[in-house]
Amino acid sequence: MNIDIKLEQENAKKHIEAQGLRVLVCAGTGCVANGSLKVIEKFKELGADVSTLSDHDKVTIVPTGCHGFCEQGVLVIIPDKDITYVRVKESDVEEIFESHIKNNTPVERLLYTDPHTNQHVHKNEDINFYAKQTRTALANCGHINAESLEEAISVRGYEALSKVLSENNPDAVIKEIETSGLRGRGGGGFPTGRKWRFTAANKGEKSYVVCNGDEGDPGAFMDRSVMEGDPHKLLEGMAIAAFAIGADEGYIYVRAEYPLAIKRLRKAIADAEAAGYLGKKIMGTDFNFELHIKEGAGAFVCGEETALIASIEGERGMPRSKPPFPANKGLFGRPTLINNVETLANVPVILLNGSQWFSSFGTETSKGTKTFALTGEVNNTGLIEVPMGTTLRKIVFDIGGGIRGGKKFKAVQIGGPSGGCLTEEHLDMPMDYDNLIKAGAMVGSGGLVVMNEDTCIVEIARFFMNFTQHESCGKCVPCREGTKQMLKILEKIVAGKGEMEDLDILEELAIAVKDGSLCGLGKTAPNPVLSTLKYFRDEYIAHIKDKKCPAGVCTAMKKIVIKEDLCKGCTKCARICPVAAISGTVKNPHVIDQSKCIKCEACVSACPFKAIVKE
Amino acid sequence: MTEDKKTLFIDGKEVEFTDEANVLEVIRKAGLNVPTFCYRPDLTQYGSCRMCVVEIEGRGIQSSCTMPPEAGLKIHLNTEKTRRIRKTVLELLLANHDRECTTCDKSGHCELQKYCEEYGIRDIKFPTLKKEDFLPLDTSNPSIIRDPNKCILCGACVRACTEFQGHSILGFANRGSKTLVQPMAGRDFSKTDCIYCGQCQAVCPTGALTIVSDVDNVWKDITNKDKKVVAQIAPSIRVALGEMFGLEPGKNTIGLITAALRKIGFDLVFDTNFAADLTIMEEANEFVDRLKSGENLPIFTSCCPAWVKYIEQSRPTFLKNLSTCKSPLSMLSPVLKELLPKYFEGYTKENLSVVSIMPCTAKKVEINRCQLGICGVQDTDFVLTTQELGRMIKEAGIDFKNLPPETADSPFGQYSGAGTIFGASGGVAEAAARTAYEVVTSKELKDVDIVQFRGTSDRSKTIELDLNGTKVTVRVVSTILEAEKALSEIESGTANFQMLEVMACPGGCINGGGQPYSYNDTTIKAKRAAGLYKEDKGLPVRKSHENPDIKKLYAEFLKQPGSHKAHELLHTTYEDLFKGSYRDLK
Repeated sequence: MNIDIKLEQENAKKHIEAQGLRVLVCAGTGCVANGSLKVIEKFKELGADVSTLSDHDKVTIVPTGCHGFCEQGVLVIIPDKDITYVRVKESDVEEIFESHIKNNTPVERLLYTDPHTNQHVHKNEDINFYAKQTRTALANCGHINAESLEEAISVRGYEALSKVLSENNPDAVIKEIETSGLRGRGGGGFPTGRKWRFTAANKGEKSYVVCNGDEGDPGAFMDRSVMEGDPHKLLEGMAIAAFAIGADEGYIYVRAEYPLAIKRLRKAIADAEAAGYLGKKIMGTDFNFELHIKEGAGAFVCGEETALIASIEGERGMPRSKPPFPANKGLFGRPTLINNVETLANVPVILLNGSQWFSSFGTETSKGTKTFALTGEVNNTGLIEVPMGTTLRKIVFDIGGGIRGGKKFKAVQIGGPSGGCLTEEHLDMPMDYDNLIKAGAMVGSGGLVVMNEDTCIVEIARFFMNFTQHESCGKCVPCREGTKQMLKILEKIVAGKGEMEDLDILEELAIAVKDGSLCGLGKTAPNPVLSTLKYFRDEYIAHIKDKKCPAGVCTAMKKIVIKEDLCKGCTKCARICPVAAISGTVKNPHVIDQSKCIKCEACVSACPFKAIVKE
Repeated sequence: MTEDKKTLFIDGKEVEFTDEANVLEVIRKAGLNVPTFCYRPDLTQYGSCRMCVVEIEGRGIQSSCTMPPEAGLKIHLNTEKTRRIRKTVLELLLANHDRECTTCDKSGHCELQKYCEEYGIRDIKFPTLKKEDFLPLDTSNPSIIRDPNKCILCGACVRACTEFQGHSILGFANRGSKTLVQPMAGRDFSKTDCIYCGQCQAVCPTGALTIVSDVDNVWKDITNKDKKVVAQIAPSIRVALGEMFGLEPGKNTIGLITAALRKIGFDLVFDTNFAADLTIMEEANEFVDRLKSGENLPIFTSCCPAWVKYIEQSRPTFLKNLSTCKSPLSMLSPVLKELLPKYFEGYTKENLSVVSIMPCTAKKVEINRCQLGICGVQDTDFVLTTQELGRMIKEAGIDFKNLPPETADSPFGQYSGAGTIFGASGGVAEAAARTAYEVVTSKELKDVDIVQFRGTSDRSKTIELDLNGTKVTVRVVSTILEAEKALSEIESGTANFQMLEVMACPGGCINGGGQPYSYNDTTIKAKRAAGLYKEDKGLPVRKSHENPDIKKLYAEFLKQPGSHKAHELLHTTYEDLFKGSYRDLK
């Protein structure tokens, strides 16, 4: 069927206007876990009786995708009233409804409080967390009903596809992506346009477009947010890519741990097919694009493109050597374009606003915006999107609101288990693909874990090494055996049994694993070790030579002692100790038997005189 | 025409290449080499061991076994980085390896051992695997032992099983350093659909997969004064065993083997080639009968025990197509047990021990088939592989190369050229054709070389024969993967052949699972086959039915092919073993 997208947009907007007062309630995975479904039900129940409304003839509760500010969930936004409520519970709904919706008096206690000014903030765009962001890929997340095709169309969904199909010039599409400077958002940062060009050049009987939605970095959830919050944007991006490279079939590879994303994608695909935006003869043209969803079983390595292809083919998810690259020989031996979710979500935006507009964001070599999953010891954690080249300082201190509890900034781990550590000296470095590589880290999928002075760097390195060792597919020797030996050394160091020569072995091994591994997982697995050895070698040495963990984290090196001069002999500690490691008589200083102590610190919190301390 | 001439550079030297599958092959063609565990030319490229890494200008570190050659590539083999990666890989593998080399079956043939020696690995920087952490061995399989503590996860066995036999008996399990190669769901090796072809073991670079040894059992009988121990030697042994003593592949050493066996203490030595002639007598006649009646066609050869097990467990609807002839080995043993006491004094069924020297690991299982043992005793007592015999000869201190050649004992020692070519894929069919032609046409076949049957690289061949007006089409396949394609054709009604020769090992018995190791040399198969065809060409008798010992056996004992006595001794039945097989589970 022929589709006039402008007319469809008009209809969709009218449909939305007819909804009356729109109350947006986040129904992303985080908020659902916080009870947003109950909040939605309660709002619906109250809003059903329209006779009580004065300003509006109707209230519509809109379940949306993720806003990104998950730690403040459940988030409720009423755009017409310029208000954002945070940490809303089912029990708060009646108050919001009575006070604000019916009587126009905001509920102050449910507003966001700025941690620096202690002031309540009303408007969404005035909250620092949002104010300092530039949202393109995530633009619609949290602002539309993710399960409604109409709402997607109202915010220009499928307009770019319509434009591309009517112009009917695949080469021009590739050129536009090339000039935009878009690079792969999944980690490697390969120029997207060039990848499209390579795949298009191999066009034969059949090509595929595959979307990599196997978001595996611990803490990263930008791809999930797009799939849950704006699935049509992803579908549109894939359809445009398919048109550009001459594919007629595609797969979205999503991990099965993302049930909500899968559900919404399935609905979006069905709706889009029924309305003529996907499937056969799309929008009345000769372009066909059939899309499937493949649920991944959760192996981290399946985020690597050749392992992902193997997994779709029904094989064990093990990477294959490149060359041949998927652009030449990919899924079922056919030319295959693999892009990550965020990359594809940028495609419609670029084609709508032009490559010039897109490349106006970012740095010389890294254009556009990038999402980051900001976690760790910052005041505001959540999903953010900023122009490439934004400094770490802006992210941590402006958007993130600084370090929690007034502690000192120590480092960030960027790019998940494949990334590296950045320190204070990098706070003002513009973050883009190339600068991060130079600093020994990588953008990766965009995980950003902020660490304060209480974090042990060696323990962080051990944590990530443990992760990659367990997630290694076991195919190539350097990754399978090398990460195991690196992990053993790190475990030895945090256990206080390290020797100085271990550092040399660790470093030498890290380089061999980086150089010798088959795929990206192994090639990047040593990054956390190499970057922490570079920037925090002293901390390693302290563990080995002084048998001390400067951050006081590593239990093996922790010592709990009772200060004789402060102890009053109240016996509280001796009574609370679960392993009877504390002895002493009433009114006399007590002592801890270090051989029995399990360092649980129960005595530390129990002591009324602060006489028990960690050493 | 110079545009096809492409060159690249190896350590600065310009090297020409044409259609080599990868850079590693180009390196080898240039007379150089890099180490590898996982690369096997007959299997898909895998790139897992990272030993063959080279540095390519502008491309960084690449595994040469997976890198397609491109004109102008500047390749460096032994750089600081590549050497460091290789040495680290070796150390990492050793740290996770049962390093009891002295008691390892693969000692001396192990590629891990070899490269560690070449790279001078003298100490391992990492904590090594402790004995208490060793995983249990799987000794349940009657022909192959699986030792996970020696597995380096190169995946060659997994690929061999899948790509040769269409089976995936072994596969990868778990992740990270807990990754293992094991049968499905951790089952015992015996509780699988393994057809015992031994190809997994033949491509294994270490002692992770080895052959169950019967050497001690054979010595026990030889040293037992009350036992009469006789040997029979399969066709393909003569062109392979010499490799274990530094001789060229394909060099015919049957005279040396016969002499060595007598030196070891075997009382009599016979040749399975004789039995191959006997098989042709029965099978060619069975084929001609089936052609006349039109029943149970196409006829399937039944010499290969791996193939027979495959039909029994996975494709029992085809049981009727299998020739009822036993394999040559299983024909000769009962003949020996029945007739040797008649010819030689002091021999009885009970004191006779028949040892078969075979290129095959599946034969170790075949001899225990419940359908065999017609004489009231076990027909064949032991099967020794080529490798095991080589080891016995060394143990006995025999200077193999310099032995004066001897001939086999009579009356079961003479053989025709048709018998000897049984060892190569296509050989059974060619031998059968030579006899069938004369049976059908009653005319003499002048040119016995039917070369269309030959060649070790093509795993599926279709040969059309004209038996004086009677057109017969023969399909010759090696590997079960190719055999399965032929079965599918029969099922779908598109098959045009009346005879199907199957050998489970690629190229036939010359490349059997029990042959000396030939990990990376693709020319060995062809050389061994050429050795057999050379012997065939030089023999005075080249048709089975013209073998004087065969004629004598029929005249004095069996009467004619397919007789009651022949059926009793030389034919067998098969069993439907589908229930509980993997296909049944599907």
